[in-house]
Amino acid sequence: MSNIKNAFANNNKAFIAFITCGDPDLDTTKKIIYSMQNNGVDLIELGIPFSDPTAEGVVIQAANLRALTNGVTTDKIFNMVREIRNDIKIPLVFMTYANVIFSYGADKFIKTCSEIGIDGLIIPDLPFEEKEEFLPVCKKYNVDLISMIAPTSENRIAKIAKEAEGFIYIVSSLGVTGVRSEIKTDLNSIVNAIRKNNPDTPCAIGFGISTPEQAKTMAQIPGVNGVITGSAIIKIIAQHGTNAPDFVGEYVKSMKAALI
Amino acid sequence: MGKTRLIAETGAGQHGVAAATAAALMDMQCVVFMGIEDTQRQALNVYKMKLLGAEVIPVETGTGTLKDAVSEAMREWTSRIADTHYCLGSVMGPHPFPVIVRDFQAVISREIKEQILQRENKLPDIVTACVGGGSNAIGSFWHFIKDESVKLVGCEAAGKGVDTFETAATITTGRLGIFHGMKSYFCQDEYGQIAPVYSISAGLDYPGIGPEHAYLHDIGRAEYIPVTDEEAVCAFEYLSRTEGIIPAIESAHALSYAIKKAPELDKDKIIVVTISGRGDKDCSSVAKYRGENINE
Repeated sequence: MSNIKNAFANNNKAFIAFITCGDPDLDTTKKIIYSMQNNGVDLIELGIPFSDPTAEGVVIQAANLRALTNGVTTDKIFNMVREIRNDIKIPLVFMTYANVIFSYGADKFIKTCSEIGIDGLIIPDLPFEEKEEFLPVCKKYNVDLISMIAPTSENRIAKIAKEAEGFIYIVSSLGVTGVRSEIKTDLNSIVNAIRKNNPDTPCAIGFGISTPEQAKTMAQIPGVNGVITGSAIIKIIAQHGTNAPDFVGEYVKSMKAALI
Repeated sequence: MGKTRLIAETGAGQHGVAAATAAALMDMQCVVFMGIEDTQRQALNVYKMKLLGAEVIPVETGTGTLKDAVSEAMREWTSRIADTHYCLGSVMGPHPFPVIVRDFQAVISREIKEQILQRENKLPDIVTACVGGGSNAIGSFWHFIKDESVKLVGCEAAGKGVDTFETAATITTGRLGIFHGMKSYFCQDEYGQIAPVYSISAGLDYPGIGPEHAYLHDIGRAEYIPVTDEEAVCAFEYLSRTEGIIPAIESAHALSYAIKKAPELDKDKIIVVTISGRGDKDCSSVAKYRGENINE
C-alpha cells in the first residue's frame, strides 16, 4: 500500500487538486505545487499532458495543448518531481492517458514513478477490464492503480470496488471534466454500492466540482472521504499564467476550509 | 435499445451521410461530428447531411480532422448515453465496435466472392482496398482471409510521402500504441503523443488503423503499402478518363496500387479493387490540387 492513505487519515476529508504539468511552464507548476501544499491540499494529481485527452472538457484540453506547445515531455516532468519531492510531503499521483505510459514502456515508466515518489496512477482511458495491461507492473513497483467509478458503471461497481486500491475516484456525473453549476447524480446510491463491496478504500468525488459549497455537499455524503477539483484550478492558471501560484493557493485554502 | 438519437463521426463525410440517411429513414435525431478542415474540403457531403436533417458539428480541436471528430463524438457520448447511440464509422475504437463494423462491411467480400466465382469461376489473385481506419478494406478482405491464394493489399495514405511529417501511413511509419479504446499501430512521437497526420483524402487522414488490420499485418496475411497524394490523384484522373467512373479519392489510393501492379502480372490474373465511394465530393479538392479553383 502506498502513502495515499495518509491523505485520508484520521477521518480527514481530503481536498485533492488536479493540475496539468507544464501549464504554462514547469517552473510555475513547481511553485503551484508548493503553494497548494502550504494551503492545505491533501493530495495532488499531476497531469502529464496528452495530445488527445478524450476525457477532458475544453478547459483541461486547452491546458494540455499549452503545456505540449511549450515543449513539456514525460522526462522533464519526471525531473521536476525529482527536484521537489524532498519538500513535498503529501501523496502525489500522475493522471495521464494509456498511450503516454505504454509508449514510454510501462515498466520503465512505473519504475521511475516509484523511484521519484509517485504514489499512484489515474488512467481515464484504461477500463477496469483492461487493467492487466499495467496492474502487474504497478504491483511490482508498489504504485497504486486508481480505479474510477462513473454513473454508468452500474453492475460493474461491485467488481471495480472490490479490487480498488489507493482511493476510488467517483465520477460525479456523465460527460467529461469541467465546471458544472449543479450535480444531479444519485451519488448516495453509487457510494452505497461501493461501500457494500469495499468498506475501507477511501472514496473521492471529482468532475464538475468548483465551489466550496459544492465541495462541502459532496464531502457530507456518507462514505465519501474527499473531493477532487481540476478545471476550476486550471481556469485560475489560464487567467494568471506565471502569477497563478498565489491565486491557486488562496483557492485551495477556501476549498479546504469548506471540508473541515 | 430504446435510443432515439444517433451520433457519428465522419472524415470524408460518407459515413456521416450514411448515418444521416438511416436516421432520416428511422425518424431519429442525428448529430455528426466532423473536423473543421474536413467540413471545408468535403463541403458537398456537409450539405447532403444537412439536407437529410442532420446537425453537423465542426470540430476545431487538434488538427480539425477525423481523429478529433472521433474524440469529440466519444466526449459527447459520455455526456448523453441514455437516448443516444454512437454509430462509429470504421473498424476501430473500443470493442465491440471493430467487430460490429467488420461484420456489416463483410458484405463487400461476400459479394465479390459470389460474383467473381460466377463470372470467372475462380478466386481473384489480389484484393485491394484503401485503409484509413480500414472498414472497407476489412470488409473486402474478410471472406478471403482463409483463401491463402488471395493476396490482400491495404493501401494507406502516404500524403506527401512517408519520409515527411505530412503522412498518414500508419503501418509504414507508426508503432504500437493504445488510443481511442484500441491497441494497434499509431503515428506518434517518442513520448506517445499522437502525430498530426496529413492526407489529401479526408477519409484516410487518421493516425491509427483498426486492430484487426494490425493483426493481419503482424501475421503476414495482408500487406499494407503507402500511396502518396500525387499517385492517388493520378489514379483518380485515370479511372475517370478511361472508364467513366469518378472514384472517391480514398479509393483512388487502392486503384493506384492496381495500376502499378497489373503490368507485372500475367493477363489471366485478377485484381479486385474496392471503389468504396464516389468522387463527386472530391472534384473541388483535386481541382485545387491541380491548381484550379472551381468554387467561385
